[in-house]
Amino acid sequence: MLYRETGQFKISYAADQSVFPIAQDRWFVSLIIVVAIFVIPVLASEYLLQAVMIPLLIFSLAAIGLNLLVGYAGQLSLGTGGFMAVGAYMTYKLTTAFPDINIIIVFLLAGLIAAFVGLIFGIPSLRIKGFYLAVATLASQFFLLWMFNKVAWFYNYNSSGTITAPPREMFGVVITGPMASAETRYLVTLFIVIIFAFIAKNLVRGRLGRSWMAVRDMDIAAEIIGIRPFQTKLIAFAVSSFYCGLAGAMMVFLWLGSAETEAFSINESFNVLFMIIIGGLGSILGSFLGATFIVGLPIFLTNAPQLVGLSMPIDMQKHIEIMMFGSLIIFFLIVEPHGLARLWQILKEKLRLWPFPY
Amino acid sequence: MEIISFLNLVFVNPLVEIFSYPIFFAEVVISGLLTGVMYSLVALGFVLIFKASGVFNFAQGAMVLFAALNLVGFIEQGFPIWLALLLTIIVMIILAFLIERFMLRHLINQDDIILFMATIGLTFLLQGFGETLWGSNVKPLDLGIPNQSFEVAGLLLNEFDLFAAGSGAILVGVLAVFFHYTRIGRALRAVADDHQAAMAVGIPLKTIWIIVWSVAGFVGLVAGIMWGAKSGVQFSLSLIALKALPVLILGGFTSVPGAIVGGLIIGVGEKIAEIYWGPLVGGAIENWFAYVLALAFLLFRPQGLFGERIIERV
Repeated sequence: MLYRETGQFKISYAADQSVFPIAQDRWFVSLIIVVAIFVIPVLASEYLLQAVMIPLLIFSLAAIGLNLLVGYAGQLSLGTGGFMAVGAYMTYKLTTAFPDINIIIVFLLAGLIAAFVGLIFGIPSLRIKGFYLAVATLASQFFLLWMFNKVAWFYNYNSSGTITAPPREMFGVVITGPMASAETRYLVTLFIVIIFAFIAKNLVRGRLGRSWMAVRDMDIAAEIIGIRPFQTKLIAFAVSSFYCGLAGAMMVFLWLGSAETEAFSINESFNVLFMIIIGGLGSILGSFLGATFIVGLPIFLTNAPQLVGLSMPIDMQKHIEIMMFGSLIIFFLIVEPHGLARLWQILKEKLRLWPFPY
Repeated sequence: MEIISFLNLVFVNPLVEIFSYPIFFAEVVISGLLTGVMYSLVALGFVLIFKASGVFNFAQGAMVLFAALNLVGFIEQGFPIWLALLLTIIVMIILAFLIERFMLRHLINQDDIILFMATIGLTFLLQGFGETLWGSNVKPLDLGIPNQSFEVAGLLLNEFDLFAAGSGAILVGVLAVFFHYTRIGRALRAVADDHQAAMAVGIPLKTIWIIVWSVAGFVGLVAGIMWGAKSGVQFSLSLIALKALPVLILGGFTSVPGAIVGGLIIGVGEKIAEIYWGPLVGGAIENWFAYVLALAFLLFRPQGLFGERIIERV
């Protein structure tokens, strides 16, 4: 009754091919965007924006990037943290060298550099597949972090080895650095994420996305029908690294404010991988759902004992948190191996028949 | 001129150093080999499980930590060492049983990547559980293994390293015999080949999995004893899984000898690179050198040195 496409006639090919062909989907997505832009910054507290919303959006972007590579092009990668670090460090280098360039343009340039690095580390994917490739991409993770740690040029020879977001303005408003308010940073993050999620959504519907999926499903067969596997895989690595690099840049400049290489450790790579697996491989919506789950779960687990009035030693609580995190992930994989996006789909199908399921 | 002196620095000086002090070089190689054996021990656990169930078990590192934590914990409780060992083995078998019952059984027929992620979840679970039980401070593990250095023909050797290498060799021998000449070993190889066909001829898949995970737990225990005795039992023990991964892809996921040879190559390569070339680039290259080395090998043999040839059909 609520969710039914009966009577929604399309009178042009363009309407039929639109991103959200069903009117209810369109309204729903518009509603979420409107709430995110106008309601959340007004109502949400500083803590909520800083600790939940901003990281959620940034990790969503990283998850979209990894999902393009793993979920759509089928190339398992564990090097996300490394590519995010490239974005962050390159933004730092560029914006300290050319303070006049708009920070958003610097983000995009840093993303392009990350894409180039991804291209280089994607080269082995022609010959190496599956788990061999996954372990091989760890090389990029460890090598890049080592490089950013050892080569002082990347952090402008400062003694602490950290990169710090300098204040940068856009339209007269400070959007990065310690002076920027959480609301501003949230809104900037939100706009970037909306734009790039939209681009990703369209990428995977087009020729490129289809050739990625063909390579994912069986690369030899894809080669036979005229898709060049090497180019397709390399583009997947480049686009994915662009997204991850952008996310890494935003992570330092719009969220953390300053960071060391530790912030991009192997655990981040695994976290982003968790997001796309729990959210759903090969789904843009799934990237958001997965990021929500993985960002929200530790916060929930940290606060849950207080909520029910339980108090325990800090290290004990930390261990139990890790345990809960691990077991919930196993639980989710068992219950729904195709991720939250699949649950959402099932829900929608049920909703179409509701309230008369026969 | 600068280029020439740079080339000198990279290609000539280290080699000159190697040839002018052959004894020191031999010591480097030997210590690399011995470290390599330790890597192999961890990689073995991965290979066993991958061979028998096609699961890329990321939790092997956590199993090493968990086994070592239990052993130290039991010893601290005042059990004699042999009893503590026995109890730890029992714990690992129970763990294998639980993993099969609550995880693997529900994930039959899922994609490899789902199983892989599940084992990462298991990693968190085991780390958290082990430390909840036994605490997270560094614990020394002393099993009375001699740890003296002595000299043979001008080479400085360490008894403990030799002991580790020896037990590694024995373990590999036992496993090889177990895999090739026992009934269970044959069943394991059948399961590795084809789950369905193995079940069709009456091999109980679930039992086999329990056995494999128990054996992997046992291998983890041996690795845990060696690493624990060397550097103390602590959280970082579970990170040696990351050291074993390049060994794994270098040797091939499916090959026991591959794990050994891969471990030796990585161990030696890493030591030589760190000592002779490391200072040029600021040191601490151990973290990634192994991966790059493995990657270089993979470009020529995508299935690893000893892995089964990957044949793809449309």
